[in-house]
Amino acid sequence: MPKLPDRAGHFGEFGGRWVSETLMPALFELEEAYAKIRRDPEFKRELKQLLSEYVGRPTPLTHARRLSDDLGGAQIYLKREDLCHTGAHKINNTMGQVLLAKRMGKTRIIAETGAGQHGVAAATASAYFGLPCEVFMGAEDVKRQALNVFRMKLLGASVREVHSGSRTLKDAMNEALRDWITNVADTFYMIGSAAGPHPYPMLVRDLQSVIGQEARRQILATTGRLPDVLIACVGGGSNAIGLFHPFLGDPGIRAVGVEAAGLGIDSGHHAATLTAGKPGVLHGARSFLLQDELGQVQEAHSISAGLDYPGVGPEHSYLRENGLATYVTATDDQALDALEKLARTEGIIAALETSHALAHTIRLAPTLGRDKTILVSLSGRGDKDMETVARVRGDKIVGETS
Amino acid sequence: MSARTNRRIASTFQRLRTHDEAAFVPFLMAGDGGLDTTAKLLDEVVDAGADVIELGVPFSDPMADGPALQRAAERALAAGTTLPGILDLVVRFRRRSDVPIVLFGYANPFLAFGPNELARAAATAGVDGLLCVDMPPDEADVLREPLRENGVDMIFLLAPTSTPKRIQRVLKGAAGFVYFVSVAGVTGVKAANTEAIARIVGEIRGQTRLPVGVGFGITKPEQASAVAAMADAVVVGSEITRLVEAAPDTDAAVAQVGAFAREMKQATIRPR
Repeated sequence: MPKLPDRAGHFGEFGGRWVSETLMPALFELEEAYAKIRRDPEFKRELKQLLSEYVGRPTPLTHARRLSDDLGGAQIYLKREDLCHTGAHKINNTMGQVLLAKRMGKTRIIAETGAGQHGVAAATASAYFGLPCEVFMGAEDVKRQALNVFRMKLLGASVREVHSGSRTLKDAMNEALRDWITNVADTFYMIGSAAGPHPYPMLVRDLQSVIGQEARRQILATTGRLPDVLIACVGGGSNAIGLFHPFLGDPGIRAVGVEAAGLGIDSGHHAATLTAGKPGVLHGARSFLLQDELGQVQEAHSISAGLDYPGVGPEHSYLRENGLATYVTATDDQALDALEKLARTEGIIAALETSHALAHTIRLAPTLGRDKTILVSLSGRGDKDMETVARVRGDKIVGETS
Repeated sequence: MSARTNRRIASTFQRLRTHDEAAFVPFLMAGDGGLDTTAKLLDEVVDAGADVIELGVPFSDPMADGPALQRAAERALAAGTTLPGILDLVVRFRRRSDVPIVLFGYANPFLAFGPNELARAAATAGVDGLLCVDMPPDEADVLREPLRENGVDMIFLLAPTSTPKRIQRVLKGAAGFVYFVSVAGVTGVKAANTEAIARIVGEIRGQTRLPVGVGFGITKPEQASAVAAMADAVVVGSEITRLVEAAPDTDAAVAQVGAFAREMKQATIRPR
């Protein structure tokens, strides 16, 4: 497989730097800084130490025995990113990017967020290094992820509510890009997914690849062989690319990304970009995109704010086009069922995003033999989603019980 | 087919040079208030002395634009504005006027139309130039060649953040004129700083014979005349959009944009 992206940031026909000229020098500056730092032993040591002493890496690999037995097929292993500090894989990326920001002499951090997990991770990394942080978040997401908004504020970040467009992740990213264009000299834009203009898809992939690297060692140590199937949810696709990438050279491993089918693909209310979209340009990269015939971006829908995005990281488009990974979908309802099933069989409450990966795991495992293994990225924990889940179930969360 | 440059844009700048004027380039968001309103605004700015007109193609996610142009694009899309509809508008405009038209928009609607199809349709309609905000020269091959073959100039942006090396790179593929974004920021928010503009416009002039236009943050006649003293074109966008937004109806919008445009055109005529 060729080493990707190429020098211009292209993964085949995808990726690139589709931004306003004002940002081009900033992207070159970031690219140069990252090229230098990634080979620097001091940076590697510093990041490794942060990941172990602060983030809590390596995260465990859990054999989901009761779930596997219950489904009666393949053995399911969970890579426990939910046990990272702040509760999701997002912090792997922000700790790396904040080190880069410091090396570059940037004094202000901005970030976009959907579910708020990246926002919390960005706020956490900024607090750890004493940098001011502003997080852009769609007004719709502010409403449905109130807990994370509060966490960001406690961490000292300011949350900028975005009221344009669909008031979700895509609009938060538009606004963060606008801020970056305006304050490009002193500001570091911490993108949360393996999306955006080059070098972000590469940078975020590299930082998230720790998921797959650890999981690979762990599953070899546990089962003595590589897994048969990898499964991860895909919004922008950072936990998925982080899991997949260290396995891409291995023959016979199926990498499966699970997109949000929302109310169903046919309903038109979904976020299944690779399943139902077409190539296009948004937020600095050419990739698959939910759009109408005229090239206007369509609003995505998912019960999970973190998957509610009409685009996808360009490397996933490349993997799909070249048959190196397959992409399937799970609906809101299937994700909710999967969340409940994992909670009852394994005592783990996963995030709604992650529950899409679990929904496909639950579908797939019974079709495979007991000698097969499925490695699932358990990308985040579900605490932030409890209000949403309770509402859908018709339950109420009553405060202050004994 | 051999490369062609656009006749209307080149001859416009030639004419202005002999008259010692800078070009006044108003920006209109196509379809804001409906395309019929845009047609009336086009005639009005021509009557007010517009030398080149930038016609905005609305996009759902205009990430380089400030609130005024974002709202204008939202209104235009809500009114059902499409790129084919905008090209029809240009066809009808061309029967009445020779003032050059530059389409100003984002990559995705242009690419969705199809690069070759767009270049042919634009040329046939009478479009003279095209500026794609999120398509720097590094990504522009897909559109630049078809446009060149059809005699439509692909216009590129330069910014206060552009390094000398970057200026060179951008100018290599530029045609028509160069558009210098005078503030690091989105459209219509910060005011332009004339000293900084003079420095970079000088740098650009050292590297190209193409006319240099300046835009972003020019809202007043005083700014326009300061910019006209050092540049070949003054682009005015957000302020016009705000006037359209604030006007109670089309007639009022036409009257107010007309009055503002006349003032701005006057300001681009250099004092003797």
